[in-house]
This record gives sequence, structure tokens and C-alpha cells, in this order.
Amino acid sequence: MGKLSKIEKKRDREKPGIVFGNQWDYAPAPEATDFFKLNKRYELFIGGKWQKPRSKSYFATISPSTEAVLAEVAEADDNDVDAAVLAARHAYDRYWSRLAPSDRSKYLFRIARALQEKARLFAVVESLDGGKPIKESRDVDVPLAIAHFFYHAGWADKLELAFHGRSVRSLGVAAQIIPWNFPLLMAAWKIAPALACGNTVVLKPAETTPLTALLLAELIEECDLPPGVVNIVTGAGKTGAALVNHPDVNKVAFTGSTDVGKRIARAVAGTGKRLTLELGGKAANIVFADAPLDQAIEGIIGGIFFNQGHVCCAGSRLLVEESIANVLMRKLRDRMATLRVGDPLDKNTDVGAINSQMQLDKIRELVAAGEKEGAERFSVSCQLPKKGFWFPPTVFTNVSLSSRIAREEIFGPVLSTLTFRTPDEAIEKANNTAYGLSAGVWTDKGSKIFHMAGKLKAGVVWANTYNKFDPTSPFGGYKESGFGREGGRQGLSAYVEVV
Amino acid sequence: MARSKVVKRVAKIASAEPSLIRVKVAAEVEGAASKDSARRESPIERVTVNKAYKMYVGGAFIRSESGRSFRIKGVKSTDPEVVNIPRGSRKDVRDAVLVAKNAQAGWAGRTPYNHGQILYRLAEMMESRRTELAMSLVREGQSQSEASREVQLAIDICVYYAGLCDKLSALLASHNPVAGPHFGFTLPESLGVVGVVAPRAPSLLGLVSSIVPVAVGGNAAVVIVTSADPRTASIWTECLATSDLPGGVVNVIYGQVAELLTPMAKHREVSGLSIWGDLGDLGIQAEADATESVKRVRRYADGDRALLSTDGARGLGYVEPFLEFKTVWHPMGM
Repeated sequence: MGKLSKIEKKRDREKPGIVFGNQWDYAPAPEATDFFKLNKRYELFIGGKWQKPRSKSYFATISPSTEAVLAEVAEADDNDVDAAVLAARHAYDRYWSRLAPSDRSKYLFRIARALQEKARLFAVVESLDGGKPIKESRDVDVPLAIAHFFYHAGWADKLELAFHGRSVRSLGVAAQIIPWNFPLLMAAWKIAPALACGNTVVLKPAETTPLTALLLAELIEECDLPPGVVNIVTGAGKTGAALVNHPDVNKVAFTGSTDVGKRIARAVAGTGKRLTLELGGKAANIVFADAPLDQAIEGIIGGIFFNQGHVCCAGSRLLVEESIANVLMRKLRDRMATLRVGDPLDKNTDVGAINSQMQLDKIRELVAAGEKEGAERFSVSCQLPKKGFWFPPTVFTNVSLSSRIAREEIFGPVLSTLTFRTPDEAIEKANNTAYGLSAGVWTDKGSKIFHMAGKLKAGVVWANTYNKFDPTSPFGGYKESGFGREGGRQGLSAYVEVV
Repeated sequence: MARSKVVKRVAKIASAEPSLIRVKVAAEVEGAASKDSARRESPIERVTVNKAYKMYVGGAFIRSESGRSFRIKGVKSTDPEVVNIPRGSRKDVRDAVLVAKNAQAGWAGRTPYNHGQILYRLAEMMESRRTELAMSLVREGQSQSEASREVQLAIDICVYYAGLCDKLSALLASHNPVAGPHFGFTLPESLGVVGVVAPRAPSLLGLVSSIVPVAVGGNAAVVIVTSADPRTASIWTECLATSDLPGGVVNVIYGQVAELLTPMAKHREVSGLSIWGDLGDLGIQAEADATESVKRVRRYADGDRALLSTDGARGLGYVEPFLEFKTVWHPMGM
């Protein structure tokens, strides 16, 4: 955005805005954790059994809000991955590919139902292990994960309808690697369509957030799925590489960073394995002068601070029409001051803990780069807990298009603001990125929405809303944000061969 | 050699194919007959005008920027013609990608109805050049009936896709019944510039089958022709040029795939690759190169038999890999 004149700066300072944050103390409202007990140690879920890792190695998973160790988790090596793929192949040949589609459907409905019954457990463990506010895991992650199983359960015996009467074949064994930002939800996004389409699965959750995937394995065991239909192997990058490179895998599905996605694509090149990638983003959230401003403020806040900004489709580049930039930024800073940062298990918390030390370091590095490149930083002044990983909600103004904070995915609660004067300039700036996952448009004018939605190179466009998800609604990127869709009829293509 | 015999041979060759060879034969004639009679009566009915075959880029017929060419010979003994074909360079590929990039938005912005009209026009242009296209296939070694059949199939596939353009949305888009007060829908959109490695054979049908479905989706194509005799491709591009297809939407380059595929697979403005035929390590390398900018890659096995079947390369399965899906959400309420 253009530099503020001295007078404007003075006026901004004089208007104190509304101060919440530190002024009002909320009574703590912690979610209970006394109704469950985590295991001290989790083994690998292979072939329907909990198997000790052949690697004999375990790693700790900690709570990013307290740094306390939650459990020990097995680290799968090449041999473990091999056993898991073998189990999945066996389950595919012996059970899953022979099952009547309507029975596959019923198994998926069972999983959905069981998840509903244990919803609170999953929500609490998700917040413990990943650091996200309980109100998000409780109201977004878990309900959406359940919805994904319900939705795909219904597709299992209707796949021909999805492809206009053409018959379809399942692919075989799907290797699925998911990130740490929505651990259970991503597991659901991967497992549900794969199983519905008749494939068996080896899933590797992220090393910092393995717990809900392991709980899901327990739940799948309880649902009595044939052994080996779903296998969960835990570990870090090496485990993932072993899974991707396994010769008996027919399909690779990955959600994560663009860097790793490219490496996976390279490893898969020439093997004939099917591949879908859901990678990074640097979404433009575009606010026109005719937008309903207060509504837009909520959308901007939700767009970047939802899940601490650990969202691939986060609205991390705010593009504001120049004529309203000052008033919008003032409103935005006021609203940011009301955000409550802290204990993920507190029901009043808006912004939780950063997922890991590594991620916190990355956010700090990019924020420092932003300051160094001349952008103006505003961070909410709030008391951050002493233990754990935290970063205050932050917005940059006066950001240039070439700046690192305007180009690189920060994956944290950090918003970069740029301005524009015409719709064409907004489109040009919005599309000026290698990414193309999502975008937001805020305006009161319907024709402008359709014009912008058509021109934006992004897989999802939210108009006068942001960060909405639904299993019926295909999600996925353009350009270097990956290929393939998840959800909707279109998402089924990733897991079938149309004959 | 008796003169009448020589003249007969000239006539035979001329009817098979007007060519440079006639000049050589003319020299033979000169030697055989007396100088006087040659002066009195020209031994050649007419010196034919031979076509310089060129590549087709940006709606223009061009030579390679490199100035290089390669020679091809017909495969039949009755077809001794030697022709120079431009040999495309890496820079030709890059130039064509830019041309395609600039043409793509305009093409994608046209209505599906208009796409259909233009593809139907292409079928019309091919129909009127049926004899020439078939003659070119015969020159490649096919029988007359095989050649005619391939041309017919190629025309019919254009008609098929002409009729598909304005159905794509109805077949692939969706209204998404989300669980909340939002109106949501998903539409197919063009991908951008798609690099096509056309199948070696069947040369005409393979070209049409690999290019038209890509263009149907609103994409622009840069095509590497791999058939041994690109003259058929060249004749087909003349159909493109007269079909109202905007220049730059389909760009056709001849040359060695080993040289041309890498710059295409690595080019950041190329969003998709459609690779036909088993190219061995070249194909694998192209897949690997394509990962750098996360290109959408689709490989098709050599498809002689499949393409020559009545169904051929028909269906959404050939179009969909080169489409994007865009999902749009908007709140509903007062």
C-alpha cells in the first residue's frame, strides 16, 4: 500500500480504536481432558494389527502449547512400509476389490457414525497434538471429517453415475501422505474417497500430529473393516519417501508443501503411478471499495488467522482498493486486537499455538525478511504463554509485490497487504504468483464477482466469504498449487480409472 | 531408351506426383532424343510448381528460425520425390509457446458455441481437401482405401468434438449442495498452453485425435509432429489456417522429438503435456522435467488400433486431463 502521509499517520495514532485483548479478563473455559487416556506408546497399524516397528525406533509427539510429551509413536522404516503396502495389497486382492460396492458403502457409513460418537475425543486430541483452538477442531475439523465419510459412503455404489454411465475400475493400493495442519480432516479427505472407489490405503500422518490418525485406526478397527484395508504408518520424511517409492503402490496422494510435492512428482515420474497433489498457496483476498466492510473484516480475519494461518488456502495476501485502504486497515487492527491468543483447549481461544518449533522459526524468518524489506509491521500486543510455540497475529502494510512476504507461503498468522486501483490491477496482482489454490473477492456488485471469479487463476474462489469447506465442494489448485480435486463428484477421478 | 517410352514414364510419374524428379527425367529425355526435336517440341507438358512445406505457428507458415531442414523421401518406388522439411529448433518451441500463450486467453474467452462452429468449420475444410489428405497418406505407404478411411475418421472426430464444446459444462460442472447457507458451483476451465507430442501413426488421425480434444477445452497447443513424413501434417495445418481458428491456438512444429521435448517439458508457460506413444527414456525424462512447474501430464500408449477403431479418441477422457476445475462460493441470505 502507498506510504501514509505524516498527517494520516498522526490521525491513525490519534484514533485509539477499541482496545479489548488485554483489558478484559475472560474466566478460563477449558475443555475437559479427563474422559480419555492416551496410550503411552502407539505402534504401527498394519494388516489390522498393531505391530511393533521393525525399525525398533520411536519418536515423541508433543503438545505445541505446552511442549509436554503426549505419547511415543513408532517410526516406520522401509521394511515397515513394505509390510504395510503388502498388507494393503493383500486386503485389496482378498477383500476390498471383491466386496459388493454397497458393502463398501456401509463400512464407510459405519466409520462416519463411530466418528460422530467419539467426536469430542477427536476434537480434544486434535487440539492437544496440533495446537489449534478447540472451537475450530470441535466445530470445523471433526464435523467436516465426519461429513467426508458420510458423503463418500454414498458414492461407493454409484460410481457409474458419477462418470455418465461409463464404468470405472479401482486403482489398487493408495499411498497417502498428509500434513499437520488438519490432521484428522486430511486423513478423512484421503481415506474416504479412496475406500469408496474401491482402493486400499497406506496413510502416513505428519510427524508432529500423528495422534488423531492413530485414534482413527483404532476406530476403524472397532468398525471391523477387513484387515489391511486401512494401514497407518507413522514417521517423518524418510517414511514418506519409502511409501512414495514403493513399487507396489498404484496411486500417490499428497497434501503438503510445493517443494515436497515437486520432489514426489519427480519420484513418481515414469512409474505409471497415478498422482494427485494438493500443495501450497498464497491466496489473494481482494476487497473492493464497494464491499460490505465489516463483513469483509471478518472474512479477512478468518482468512488469515483461522488455524493460526496454517492453511494452504489462507487469504495471506490482502489486496485492498486504495480508496478504502486506511479505513479498512484501521478496522482490521481494531478487530485483530480482540483476538484471544492462548490455550488451544480454552473455548474462548481464537488463535492457538504454532504447530512446531520448526514452523515458528520459519514464520520468524519470513517476518524478519518482511521488516528488512521495508514493510511496516503491526502485531497484536498480547501476552503469550511462556511455554510452547506462539506468534502474535500480525499484519504488514506497504508490502511490495516482489517482497518475500508477498511471494512465499508463510503458513502462519501473518498477513501481507497490498493495494490496487482498478479491477485489472487487482487481477494482475492476484495472479502474479506461481500458486493458484484459492482467492477471495469482496464486493457488493454481482457482475464484478463473476468477472473476478472468471479471471482469477485459482481452484477455489470465495466471494463475500472465505475458508469454507464441504465434502460436496471440489477443492484443489491451479498451477503450482497442485493438481486433482478433493471432494465433490470431480474428486472421485483421483481414485478411479474410467474404462 | 526409346523416346515414346521415356515420355510414358514421365507421364506416369507426373500423374503419381508432380515433383523435382521431372527435371531429371527431362535431362534423360534430352540425351535420348535429338537436339532438334527437343527444340521443336518440349518434352515436358509443364514444369510443376512444388510446394515448400512449412511449420504452422501463430497462424503463419514459417521455416525454422534455425534455418535447418531435413530431407524426406516417399516410401513408394513410384514416389521418388525428395522434399526439404523445416527442422524445428528449441527456440522454435519457445517462440511457439509464447505465441500460444498470447492466443490462449482469447480462445478460452470465446463462447463454447463459437468453439463448436470453428471446429465444424475445420471438418468442412478437411472434407474439401479429402483427396489431397488421402493422397498424402498414400504417399506415406498406405493403400488408397486405408487412406480414405483414415481421412474420414479424422473428419468425423472433428465433427464429434465440434458438438461437444457446448456440452462440457453441462457434463462436468456441478452445483455443490454444501451444508450451509452458501451457493456453490464448480466449473471446468481451460488449463492454458498444452504441449502435445503427436503419435507417429496414424499420421493424420493421430494428429487430429491428440490436438482437437485439447483445443476443445479452450487451451492452446504446441505440437511436435513425430510422423516420418510431416507433409500430411502440413496439409492439415492448411485446413486449420482456413477454418477461422485464431492464429496461435494450434502451433505445429516438425523435428526431432529428442531435441524439442525437453524445452517444452521445462517451459514454465506450458501447463500441460499430452504425450502419445512410447518414447522410452525421453518420455520419462519429460515427466520428470514437467514436475518443476507442476505440469499436468497425460501419457497415451501408441494408439494405432485404438485410434482407427470407430470410437477412436472420442470422449470426455481426452478432454478432462487438460481442464481445471474452479469452485466458487457465495453466501445466500438477506
